[in-house]
Amino acid sequence: MATVTAVRIRIPAPLRPLTGGQGEVTSDPGSLKDVIAALDVAYPGLKDRILEPEGRVREFVNIFVNEEDVRFLQGPETELRAGDRVSILPAVAGG
Amino acid sequence: MSYLQGLRCQRCGHTLAPAPVHICPECLGPLELVYDYTAMKATLSRDAVEAGPPSMWRYRSLLPVGDAPVVDLGTGLTPLLRADNLAKALGLRNVYIKNDAVNPTSSFKDRPVGVAATVARSFGLDTLACASTGNLAASVAAHAARAGMRSVIFIPEDLEQAKIIGTAVFGTKLIAVKGNYDAVNRLCAEAVDAYGWAFVNINLRPFYGEGSKTLAYETAEQLGWRAPDHVVAPIAGGSVLTRITAGFEELQRLGWIPETKVRVSGAQAAGCNPVARAFQAGADRVQPVRPNTIAKSLAIGDPADGGLALNAIRRTGGSCGDATDPEIVEGMRLLAETEGVFTETAGGVTVAVAKKLAQSGVLRPDETVVIYITGNGLKTLEALGASCGPSATIAPRLEEIDRVLGSAAA
Repeated sequence: MATVTAVRIRIPAPLRPLTGGQGEVTSDPGSLKDVIAALDVAYPGLKDRILEPEGRVREFVNIFVNEEDVRFLQGPETELRAGDRVSILPAVAGG
Repeated sequence: MSYLQGLRCQRCGHTLAPAPVHICPECLGPLELVYDYTAMKATLSRDAVEAGPPSMWRYRSLLPVGDAPVVDLGTGLTPLLRADNLAKALGLRNVYIKNDAVNPTSSFKDRPVGVAATVARSFGLDTLACASTGNLAASVAAHAARAGMRSVIFIPEDLEQAKIIGTAVFGTKLIAVKGNYDAVNRLCAEAVDAYGWAFVNINLRPFYGEGSKTLAYETAEQLGWRAPDHVVAPIAGGSVLTRITAGFEELQRLGWIPETKVRVSGAQAAGCNPVARAFQAGADRVQPVRPNTIAKSLAIGDPADGGLALNAIRRTGGSCGDATDPEIVEGMRLLAETEGVFTETAGGVTVAVAKKLAQSGVLRPDETVVIYITGNGLKTLEALGASCGPSATIAPRLEEIDRVLGSAAA
């Protein structure tokens, strides 16, 4: 079995125009904010849609790491390890 | 005809034609509906409403359904009960109960779902879906059955039995998810991209929410075309409170009711109080919590419209309080014993918080107060458990009555 070395990031439909239509992309491990910065190099514009200029997660975006809301973890400082699954979702749903 | 012009992002103002979408493609902000109020004001009237059917559909011209045949179970125009006994118990003078526990599936959810099911059919979608804490589940399943549509419903696995049975009976695909509502909601927010379904509270959310405005329309009409001074509504996702607020403002804009200020206060369970906490802390953003409360229908730790609800409360001079589990049960019993209305735990929350707001002087004796009761007590019998049972068990002999009632028999 191949060793898992990457973090997998799920991209919601409204952001897929920025990822060439891909619903999932991968990145090397690191802090969430570093992973997002790396993704922004590969997919320009992605970071601005997810984070505010000062680095806080945008009000209408939720980010989950292995199904846990990062607001219950360390927010943008949350460390992502190989094999972690990140899901980026528009916040306004449900209720 | 429809007065709906399109969708607009509440954050960046980007506009779109009507479509089953809830998120701005530019900034991911929430979308809202835009209506032509000038045309509405010129062509619609209170008289036409009063001549309409005895249901929420008497307001169909104000709803985003156009001329489509509506998916209707006979929802709405529920009783607005003057509640003098409850008022006395709360130390207030003018209290009304809007009893939405008596809708077709026993909660207010039939209002937003009636609109969402109708709109889904207009968009050519054949499957209704939702993430639900129980009340929405039953309503979506019932409306899908009525409309001849398929339904797929996701709930947390620990819901009350009446909510599970009361949903499954409609022949839906009911999927119990191992996790709380926020986990169910996250799963469904991912599923909406993968399946072409009408998730009523996700991709149809801008339309769905509009149905709850009829709670305000009916209240105003039942009060003789005027708004109350103060309303108290429960907060789960925050949609019903914001739409009640918007409903009164809309009627004022149409000139159908006087332009008086309506204070809007919110009620949450202490075990799931993200909006109450943000209100009391003076915070600008609502932070999520992990829910732990018997009020399962309000157990949304990350409310989608929490920020909007917070703004509505602050803007109108209302307040936001919370109630512990024992206070919730006490609230259910207070309403039942004073007014003969049996509400579920969510209504217990609303009554208990109204009591606290009256004690602290936020609800004032000179105000006309409307308390929104959004769900039926038969759905959450577990919350009362052994505290409600026979006063005595007797043999079928006359003297036995005297024995157990004593002097009270006279």
